[in-house]
Amino acid sequence: MNVNSLIFELSHQGRAASAQAPKPVSEDKLGAIPAHLRRQEKPALPQVSEMQVVRHYTNLSTKNFAIDKQFYPLGSCTMKYNPRGANRAAMLPGFLQRHPLAPESHSQGFLACLFDLQEFLKEVTGMKGVSLTPMAGAQGEFAGVAMIRAYHEARGDEARTEILVPQAAHGTNPATAVMCGYKVREVPVNDEGDVDLEALKAACGPNTAGLMMTNPSTCGVFEREIEAIARAVHEAGGLLYYDGANLNAILGKVRPGDMGFDVIHMNLHKTFATPHGGGGPGAGPVGVSERLLPYLPTPMAGKTDDGYKWLGEETLPETIGRLSAFMGNAGVLLRAYFYAIVLGREGMIRVGEYSTLAANYLLKRLQDVGCTAAYPDRRASHEFILTFAKEAKAYGVSAMDMAKRLLDYNQHAPTTYFPLLVPECFLIEPTETEAKEALDEFVDAMENIMREAKESPELLHGAPYTQPVRRLDDVKAARELDLVWRK
Amino acid sequence: MPYIPHTSDDVQAMLDTIGAASIEDLFDEIPAHLKAGQLEKLPDGLSEMEATARMAARAKQDEGAQCFIGAGAYEHHIPAAVWELATRGEFYTAYTPYQAEASQGTLQVIYEYQSMIAHLTGMDVSNASVYDGASGLGEAVLMALRANRKSKSHRVLMPQTVNPLYRSATHAVVHNQGVEIVEVPFCSEQGTTLLESLKQYEGEDYAALVIAQPNFFGSLEDVDALTNWAQANGMLAIAVVNPTSLALLKPPGQWGDNGVDIVVGEGQPLGVPLSSGGPYFGFMCCAQKHVRQMPGRIIGCTVDLEGKRGFTLTLQAREQHIRRSKATSNICTNQGLAMTAATIYMSLLGPDGLASVAGHCHVNTQLLAEKLCAIAGVKKVFSAPTFHEVVIELPKAAAPVLAALAQKNILAGISLAQDYAMPNAILVCVTETKTEQDLDAYAQALAAVLAEVSA
Repeated sequence: MNVNSLIFELSHQGRAASAQAPKPVSEDKLGAIPAHLRRQEKPALPQVSEMQVVRHYTNLSTKNFAIDKQFYPLGSCTMKYNPRGANRAAMLPGFLQRHPLAPESHSQGFLACLFDLQEFLKEVTGMKGVSLTPMAGAQGEFAGVAMIRAYHEARGDEARTEILVPQAAHGTNPATAVMCGYKVREVPVNDEGDVDLEALKAACGPNTAGLMMTNPSTCGVFEREIEAIARAVHEAGGLLYYDGANLNAILGKVRPGDMGFDVIHMNLHKTFATPHGGGGPGAGPVGVSERLLPYLPTPMAGKTDDGYKWLGEETLPETIGRLSAFMGNAGVLLRAYFYAIVLGREGMIRVGEYSTLAANYLLKRLQDVGCTAAYPDRRASHEFILTFAKEAKAYGVSAMDMAKRLLDYNQHAPTTYFPLLVPECFLIEPTETEAKEALDEFVDAMENIMREAKESPELLHGAPYTQPVRRLDDVKAARELDLVWRK
Repeated sequence: MPYIPHTSDDVQAMLDTIGAASIEDLFDEIPAHLKAGQLEKLPDGLSEMEATARMAARAKQDEGAQCFIGAGAYEHHIPAAVWELATRGEFYTAYTPYQAEASQGTLQVIYEYQSMIAHLTGMDVSNASVYDGASGLGEAVLMALRANRKSKSHRVLMPQTVNPLYRSATHAVVHNQGVEIVEVPFCSEQGTTLLESLKQYEGEDYAALVIAQPNFFGSLEDVDALTNWAQANGMLAIAVVNPTSLALLKPPGQWGDNGVDIVVGEGQPLGVPLSSGGPYFGFMCCAQKHVRQMPGRIIGCTVDLEGKRGFTLTLQAREQHIRRSKATSNICTNQGLAMTAATIYMSLLGPDGLASVAGHCHVNTQLLAEKLCAIAGVKKVFSAPTFHEVVIELPKAAAPVLAALAQKNILAGISLAQDYAMPNAILVCVTETKTEQDLDAYAQALAAVLAEVSA
């Protein structure tokens, strides 16, 4: 078998994995469906054997980098180990077979897990209420900003039309503000990676609905003026939104609620070790301060003397509503719950501590082999930025070239060209689950690549050489759109 | 330390390299009074064995019922290979495929997925999936407003035969942008949306009409007529479909004279377990001319430096990480793992297997409806043909009957009291997983409960 085939190219008319389907239904039993509503031609799904399917997708899987195979220092993505025990627990038959609309009498086990997770997340973030339904970070952001809007509207405060976003923010922040009907105003970041406080104060006013920010920021440093920022926004009547993308850095060490944030989202697929799954599913629960409690998205899990209950619009009439058909990415929540109870109190505190230790160690070692830190006078949080502007100028190699070369050293590339304000940058996040040896191997690879950049830059321009494909023609992909296989 | 590898020697060596005396020193930029205490309210950590035992006990509590609830999530047989493959570490623990050369596995799976879904729906293109069917409908409404350049309105027509949970999620997703969802009443005799009830909207500016097939009641709508009506009146047609049903039913790409503009739906029936509501995935397809207005990740086929076939993210200029506030949506996720499972499922079932599953669902539902309607006072509410769900009226209020059946471990459907003010009506679903004995057991239990429960 050619491992580069598409599944469709293996297809043969009349072949089937026949153990997997019930016996065919005779046409006369389908007579109740009017002929004009029936399909005339079979859909062009592949016709293959079960073993062909298993072999095809097994072979495809081997073309991926994955945490289970490689170090994955993607900044702001928190690619930590995904415990197998969490997967097994979430895949228990009682959880998998439970229909989302099963009555509460048949949901007590599931509801107990959700309720406990809500309580756990409240305590570890210092918020007053948590709703688990958002299905990803971006949906958590949406829920958060929608709650800010609902709060202002409930007070009749209609003049607030702007959301402030630091220049270095994730792209989802401005995109979310627009989805919630707001205008976006960017706030500059200073040379040390902090929000420019004076510029922020000048931007705050009667139009300010709120500020969305990440702390530690996307510059990989703790925002030292956070209290002054909170004060400025609150004094202007705005609310403060915490993007939990970097929560891993401070988990158990500093609580967003104590920093003055009114609403936060958490990325459980980062901080709580649920898998990224090649692009999802994630989970982005939201936590709120007292004044936003009425607006939390539904459904939520509640506890009474009669057992656990669903909380819906009847109990939360001012809710921003339902963000999915059912209970968000329930299976992801179960995995996060497993992780939370295994780590417990001491484990939570260790996450922030050891992810910060790993980042600062890796930064120091990389500086020692000649890499340039974007913010050399700052402590790294759980991540940090290197800039290769100097190498780009001297040798004509880009951060992209270096990232692609790392793949040849069996290291996943860090986040590149983000944040946009640092030229030719890597954003590197090692996480607490990597052994020191893994960090040292990455340093060795970078040391070699720095030498290659100087001695043979053309080598880097052509990288990678060891992957299933060489660099791909993105321009052709966009100009000659081929999104669907056709015979 | 669970999942943390460092020995005390490692920690010391790392601190020495950094030049710090302790881990606590690494937090010296954080104002001291902001530091959390000992988090006393959190429990002590558990071992894997202890945590598994707790969760196994809880899972057990919810186990063992016969499920006849549908309403947007459907119990189907899932081949063993589906999740054994999908949870391989190489799929399960991979990141979003931004580094294309190191993600060809995920990228090719998505390309194959897009192809299968496009063939199933009869549409030109598909994205790599969105969160779920309900939020996907919200995204489809926003997309229609962008794509319908002739319409200046912010109004969309939404039949009440669309799943109430979808209508509710759509409202939550779109209302902050000033979008108005206008609900269209249904025919109480047939349980479908009639052209007559749309007449009142003719000559007014609406951006789109949503058409669900089968609709929430399981009834089959006259999709050709509805699609033609929408397009003749300057609206885009948005289809909401069940993917299993498409093995038997006309694909939305062929509805009416020109096919619909946008298709969304819940992908869960394609190999994703019920799992309390998620993770599922929403599928989303459209006509080629609208592709640049589609939200979410899209994978394209291209070539590498050496001319070899490869796959990469494309049309990224629509997305938040490039366009920021000008993006088509804030979404960055596709439900990659669930979508991977669905791709494997569709490969294993093939066109004939999926048709066979759909056929059994349909036949079993008809059979159960017959058996239930043989009980005195029980009858079908609507006359339109159905796919694999049906609305059944009981001679008594539904809620206590459903509760009594649940006590017998039969989840007999959901009540339509709240959403449709039909206190005696239940929506019932049967799939290929049920045998005739299961259906008989349901009918007998219902008869017994109706005899017991007081009116």
